[in-house]
Amino acid sequence: MSIFRNTFKNNIFFFLVLTFGFSVNANSAEGTTFKNLKPGFSFEGPFGKFDKESLKRGYQVYSEVCSSCHGLKQLSFRNLSQPGGPEFSIERVKEIASGYSITDGFDEYGEPIERSMLPSDRFPRPYGSKEEAKGANNGAYPPDLSLIVKARSDGYNYLYSLLKGYEEEIPEDLDIGDLSYNPWYPGGAIAMYQPLYDESVEYEDGTPATLDQMSYDVANFLTWAAEPTMEERKRLGFIVMGFLIIFVILMYLSVSRLFRDVH
Amino acid sequence: MNHDYQYTPKNGFSKWLDKRLPLMRFADENLLSFPTPKNLNYFYTFGFILTMCLVTQIITGIVLAMHYVPNTSLAFDSIEHIMRDVNYGWLIRYMHSNGASMFFLAVFIHMFRGLYYGSYKEPREIIWILGVVIFLLMIITGFMGYVLPWGQMSFWGATVITNLVATIPVIGEPILTLLLGGYSVDNPTLNRFFSLHYLLPFVIFGVVILHIWALHVTGNNNPTGIEVKDSKDTISFHPYYTVKDLFAYVVFLLMFCYFIFYNPNILGHPDNYIEADPMLTPAHIVPEWYLLPFYAILRAVPDKLMGVLLMFGSIVVLFFLPWLDTMKVKSARYRPLYKIFFLFFVIFCLLLGYLGAKPPEGIYLFLSRVSTIYYFAFFLVIMPILSRIEKPSPMPIGISNPAINSSSDSGGGVSGAPSYAMDSK
Amino acid sequence: MTDTNDNQDPSRRDFLYITTAVFGATGAASVAWPLIDQLNPSASVSALSSIEADISSIPEGGSMKVAWRGKPIFIRRRTKEEIELAEKEDSLNLPHPEKDLDRVKNKEWLVVVGVCTHLGCVPIADSGDFGGWFCPCHGSHYDISGRIRKGPAPTNLEIPPYEFVNENIIKIG
Repeated sequence: MSIFRNTFKNNIFFFLVLTFGFSVNANSAEGTTFKNLKPGFSFEGPFGKFDKESLKRGYQVYSEVCSSCHGLKQLSFRNLSQPGGPEFSIERVKEIASGYSITDGFDEYGEPIERSMLPSDRFPRPYGSKEEAKGANNGAYPPDLSLIVKARSDGYNYLYSLLKGYEEEIPEDLDIGDLSYNPWYPGGAIAMYQPLYDESVEYEDGTPATLDQMSYDVANFLTWAAEPTMEERKRLGFIVMGFLIIFVILMYLSVSRLFRDVH
Repeated sequence: MNHDYQYTPKNGFSKWLDKRLPLMRFADENLLSFPTPKNLNYFYTFGFILTMCLVTQIITGIVLAMHYVPNTSLAFDSIEHIMRDVNYGWLIRYMHSNGASMFFLAVFIHMFRGLYYGSYKEPREIIWILGVVIFLLMIITGFMGYVLPWGQMSFWGATVITNLVATIPVIGEPILTLLLGGYSVDNPTLNRFFSLHYLLPFVIFGVVILHIWALHVTGNNNPTGIEVKDSKDTISFHPYYTVKDLFAYVVFLLMFCYFIFYNPNILGHPDNYIEADPMLTPAHIVPEWYLLPFYAILRAVPDKLMGVLLMFGSIVVLFFLPWLDTMKVKSARYRPLYKIFFLFFVIFCLLLGYLGAKPPEGIYLFLSRVSTIYYFAFFLVIMPILSRIEKPSPMPIGISNPAINSSSDSGGGVSGAPSYAMDSK
Repeated sequence: MTDTNDNQDPSRRDFLYITTAVFGATGAASVAWPLIDQLNPSASVSALSSIEADISSIPEGGSMKVAWRGKPIFIRRRTKEEIELAEKEDSLNLPHPEKDLDRVKNKEWLVVVGVCTHLGCVPIADSGDFGGWFCPCHGSHYDISGRIRKGPAPTNLEIPPYEFVNENIIKIG
């Protein structure tokens, strides 16, 4: 019936535009040499949820290895205990936070006061300034990791592949100076030395800390760090889409009923 | 236009109000009983969808403005604060960013509808012109809005596009400095873009009112392109088109919500999640998808100034449509030649969009040039020529009368007394 | 298409329209909630809605000022004499009668919001005629239980919600 014909025309339009939209995005990804490995993460898909144990392990990798150079400035310690994330207990979070100190205010002599951090404080910055960070890392700035997964195309798979991807043998035609070779990094020459090796950390929960496991866990953790509200988003999405599907059926029935007596 | 129906206030209060401020009369005549052609298809629902998009953007925008800080050292962080700390901030932000994309998707379909059915032709020229004004305002608003998160693409997109102003000879540089408030895109630029981004949607709203007003003076066009003759051709706007528009809007919402909840960043660029760095240019500077066709036209031209002129020209040419295409037959339904050229026009527009994201070299550059040439040729060459030489296919006598009008070959009207053939459906 | 179908069951037709309308209204109301809730304190503000103060280093007769929800909190470690005085003054004709015992959880510790109940200035400690605080803005005097004794302030200094986490830490809010 005519309603279908016209809606169909609309949909063709929409799909055409979307296809171009999607292809545009895929092609604007920075030219990675290799295609990203896809180990499959539990948060993928419309019903995805984070694997909390993996998030906890990923946090351990971040705090023991990455945090010496990479900040996580958009997050506060309290985020570690909120629902939808690693869900550490509040006591554990207080314990983690109190291990760091921060200057807060001045005493009556004008001297800065040091106090230990609270859950409400942000994660501490590894360096005082971008320049200091560059200076300590051969001129390369270790980016803040709060949003790294959203700042790269196919971010979590890219991170996973990158961390596992360091190779000893450098291709002959590539001159990388004293940088490291990683075929997943655009251009191949990466300033960060391989950060993770088997057993770089000893997991609290006893899981064997292979390079693969740590890369997976930290990619998981950083995906959560980039978007802590993801579980809530998908949960709300399910309710909204369900509502809209029922509503659209009701609306369709109303339209066809109304227009039966037209023409 | 049909003035058969008159509003009559029913009760005491309505009579009293009607004498002082005819709100109910206005609502009744324009929203409820407004006689609308009965054969409108779903392409005609996009006006309502667009109004809803505008309202959505304004409401979510005002809410975001309660938490956003338009200062270069705080802007990026304030958006993350919205995403992480503000209650439902992530939802409102994604509604706004994806809402902008939906807004442009809807406006493109709306404009293509106008081109196909000849809605820009006499007596609807003003509606069309106001529409192009709205489109221009939308582009400016969207451009400024994209700068606000102060990511890499925000900054560098702003730098590239504002630099185009400098290509104007003599006065270009001083105008650029005036626009930026400095010598490069920096805090003064960001702050004023925020102010203007807040303002322009209300200007758009005003022009939309004029646009709908002008529409109500002439009445809607319809898929046959043949004007409404009497009340047999129309039905009241309410409940038929209020409900149909709402249905179309809910379908639209399904798509909108898919993006918000399941793929909120696919229409954007990952580089905008990196804080703006004036010292580091991204490998590929790409505008948002809805600006890509214009970006492609800009880069298709070897000369910078010509590129700028053609890019703006691609929108300016739209203002002149009613005088470029003067064929009395409005709807492409009955214009077999125009239909084919129109199809190619749509394809080339989509192609321009695709090419806007590609580096301007090799086959991409060649295709951009071909597409740009076709784009302008469609309006400036093909339309005028077709107006003179095209023979329309057989047309019905009217909206309610599917009998073929054998009397004229270029008119949309019936001669003599209407003869209603028996219609059997 | 016969005519009978259309008007056959108006109640069924109306039921459809009514159901649809109710659905629509529910949808619209649900969209309204996030737009209103975003006005409520964000997570970062809520995180600071309670603070913990370490009182272990305050000597007898000494005090500490901490910020809580943007307001100053006076924490005063009262001497035995001050406690006795506060309790003795319970029976006086106070502008805002309140027993000292009702204002403290542990007699040794007075915890009050350091905002004058008149027009909101911050009173000065160890001043005024009653051994407590004095507000310089319009001359309100508070005693060692934080009660208004003289001046335009209508009520005693407010006691914030607080509890002793342990003998060294008070959690306020």
